[in-house]
This record gives sequence, C-alpha cells and structure tokens, in this order.
Amino acid sequence: MSVQKPVLIREDGRRIDGRRPDEMRPVKIAVGVLKNANGSALVEYGETRVLAAVYGPREALPKYMSMPMRATLRVRYHMAPFSTDERKSPAPTRREIELSKVIREALEAIVFSSLFPRTGIDVFIEVLQADGGTRTAGLTAASIALADAGIPLKDIVIGVAIGKVNGVLVLDINGLEDEYGEADMPVGIAPNLGEIVLFQLNGVLTREEVKVGLDMAFKAAENIYKIAKEALYNKYIKVLEEVKFE
Amino acid sequence: MSTTTPTLKILVADRQIVRPGDCLALIEGVFEQKLKHIPEKHIYILGNRVYSDVVGVVSIENNTLSVVPLESTYIPRKDDTVIGVISGVSVSSWSVDIKSPYKAILPASDVIEGFNPAIHNLRNYLDIGDYVLAKVAAFDRLRDPVLTVKGKGLGKIIDGYVVEIKPSKVARVIGKKGSMYNLLTNMTKCELVVGVNGYIWARCPDERVLDVLVKAIRLIETKAHVRGLTEEVRSYLASKLGVQL
Repeated sequence: MSVQKPVLIREDGRRIDGRRPDEMRPVKIAVGVLKNANGSALVEYGETRVLAAVYGPREALPKYMSMPMRATLRVRYHMAPFSTDERKSPAPTRREIELSKVIREALEAIVFSSLFPRTGIDVFIEVLQADGGTRTAGLTAASIALADAGIPLKDIVIGVAIGKVNGVLVLDINGLEDEYGEADMPVGIAPNLGEIVLFQLNGVLTREEVKVGLDMAFKAAENIYKIAKEALYNKYIKVLEEVKFE
Repeated sequence: MSTTTPTLKILVADRQIVRPGDCLALIEGVFEQKLKHIPEKHIYILGNRVYSDVVGVVSIENNTLSVVPLESTYIPRKDDTVIGVISGVSVSSWSVDIKSPYKAILPASDVIEGFNPAIHNLRNYLDIGDYVLAKVAAFDRLRDPVLTVKGKGLGKIIDGYVVEIKPSKVARVIGKKGSMYNLLTNMTKCELVVGVNGYIWARCPDERVLDVLVKAIRLIETKAHVRGLTEEVRSYLASKLGVQL
C-alpha cells in the first residue's frame, strides 16, 4: 500500500483545513519589524510566514548594475533552510531564481524607479515558514516594505493564489492543496489601479475557471489590501498613543 | 500649478496619513489618459483622480494638494546646505558621504588655495571621519554631486555636536517659516545649522543643554506627523530648562 492522497474537499464542501472554497486563511501584517532596513514587513497567510526587507535607494553595486535612467531593482526571494519540514538547501534553486525574477517584474510595474537614476533598490524576501502561497505572500510583503521605505509607488501589490483541487476552484491554497491539487494560479494585483502585475499558472484551467478565479482573487486582494493599509497606518498611529515624552 | 485646477474635489483631510495608491481627490473636467506623476508633490494623476505615491501626511494649502512623505532618501539639489562625513581621500579630491545614494565629491582645489598634488597631502586638511559643512555646487542625473566649501561659515566642523536625523524629518525641525528652528535656538541658546540631508550641527552653552536639545530633536523626529508639535516641544524645553520664555 502506498501513501494515500488526503481528502482535499470534504463531503460538506469544506476544505482540508475547514475553510470554504472562497475563504482566505487569516492574514496578519506587521510593518517596520526590522531596524536596520529602510523598510520591512512581515506577512502571514495562515501558516505561511514571509519577511521582506527593503534597502535603498542606495548606490548600485557592482557599478555595472546601475542604469542611467532609473533605479535597478534587485529582488531575492529565498526560502530559509528551516522553512520546510525537510531541510531546504540554502543555495538558490532554479525555482527561487525564477520567483525572484517574476516578483521583480511585478514590483517594477509599480515603483517610480525613474526618480532615482543610477541607484539600486534591494528587496530581500525571506520565507520563514512555507505552507503554500509563499510567492504571493512574499510579493505582498515586498510591496508593503517598499511603501514603508518611503519609495514612491503607484500602488501596493497584493499577491493571492487561486487553485483547483478535486475540480473545485479554491482561494489561497495551502501546502497540501498545492501538493495534491490540479492547478495553482498565483496572481499579483494592484487593487487601486485594478491591474494585474503578476500572473502565473501551473496545471490546467479552462477559460471560465480563470475568469471565476480572477474574480475571487480581486475580491480577496481587496480584503488583504485593507489589512495592509491598516498595518501601514498603525506604524505611525502608535506614536500618537505613546506616553508623552517625559 | 495647473494640476490643481479650481475644480478639485478633495476627499481627504489636511494632515491625514495616506498610503501609496490612496485616492486623494477628484478632478472635474480633466481626464488624464496616461499616468501623470508629480514627484515633488508625491502625487500622481490618472483618469480624473489624484493619488498619493508614498506613505505620508496630506498637506492642503490654498487648494493645492501635496503629500509630505514620512520616510524618504536625500536626493541632492544644487545650492543645498549639507553636512557630510569624509569617507575617502584620493590625490586631488575627497569623497563625502552625504546620506544619499550618490557619493559626493569635494575637490581639493576648493579647500586648498594654489593646490598642487605634489606638495599638499589632503589628509592634513580633512581626514576620514571628519564632518564638513558644505554646499552642493553641481548635481545632475548623470554625474555625482560636487560640493563646495566656499561660502560663509562653510568648512570643516571642529566644535559642537552633530545630530543625525532622518532626512524626511528635516522640514519639521525647521517648521513653518522656521518656527521650530527659532523655538529651538531661542529657548536653548544653542547655535544650530541644519543640513538638509539629515544632519544638525549644534553648538550649545553646556552639556546639559545639549542633552535636552538632542532629546527635543528626537521628540520632533518620532512625532513629526503629530499635530501641535511645536507647543509640545515648547513645553518640553520649558520643563527641562526652566522657563525661558
């Protein structure tokens, strides 16, 4: 007997972790968690936990990386060795290099990089705990960290994944659903502009399913966006409530 | 500017905290097909809406709308007074760290009259770690900023104390029409020179006053977005220094 596939959609229509198909995991966002970085954010989608740090705009090193008309955006998506149940080698894998690239391109769409010619903006995305949806949580964290660093942005990007398990379209797939599901469609959304800045698809979805999935993603992004805005606001509102300087 | 036409319908309050992508106002009668960015006001216009591009505080004055960022990086401009730290010495120039993405250059001929690289050793004039008060003589997007120390009061800083603050808070330390700056100097009797890149050079009568001044500056820095800060700083200084109004 071999390892059995877990029951992903229960008889009552709920998912393996008890969520409805269009339900997000609880989202938590903290801003300004790192002192040394210009901007930082910690984003949690359920058990997925991602830290992002932004440095810059600063001198682009090595010098040949700098571009005369705009800032160079450098993004490193990385999974910590302890983020998975089996140790992950800390060396960047093909997957991580690819994700760094797609996240960079998503962020380039929102950063006003022409304001800082010849400089570099470094974005570090560190996955602390992986349970599906790390690239989308990472993208959210990165854009909030950029906002925290005071870098002019068009909008904040919210990442959210749509999946298909046992023929049912589900929002924000977790690790198990990712592993045993039929499709995974991460989307990066700029909610104010209504633009999609990242779009990937693993597996097969019909046209209709993509449409429905995108609708779900936009709705979810709206909610995460509210939490993100609240988090950015809280960093400064906290000062107002602090005890007066003695 | 023409971007804030009289038909502006402002949706936010003065001094409200906004984030990138927050809609600030609707413009009636204007429709921008392409995104129009106004970097110095930290807003952009798309369609008939005005958006913020940073986390900042809204400022509404005479029906013009802008956002003052809460975090920012110092980008040099010509004629800015800056305070820098010497970070490197070469044969004919110093490189100066002015807390900006661009490394500034201070040419030796500017500091030493009749400069001759064969005779003069630059380290005898300014060495690594020295603070200099300087002006930005030239800067554009293609070349690194060039500093000059020719001018009244400019040059190496040899006494006093240099306080570092975030560049985005400099405006608040100066205040509207210099109100905060005047308050600080009048009440502490310190001489202050504010470098727009986020350094403040203070010369105080004694250590105790300096300590109070530094704490007051830190107070301004952490509460830059708070209303009625000038009054708070005034009462703080008064309580620490004894009433000197």
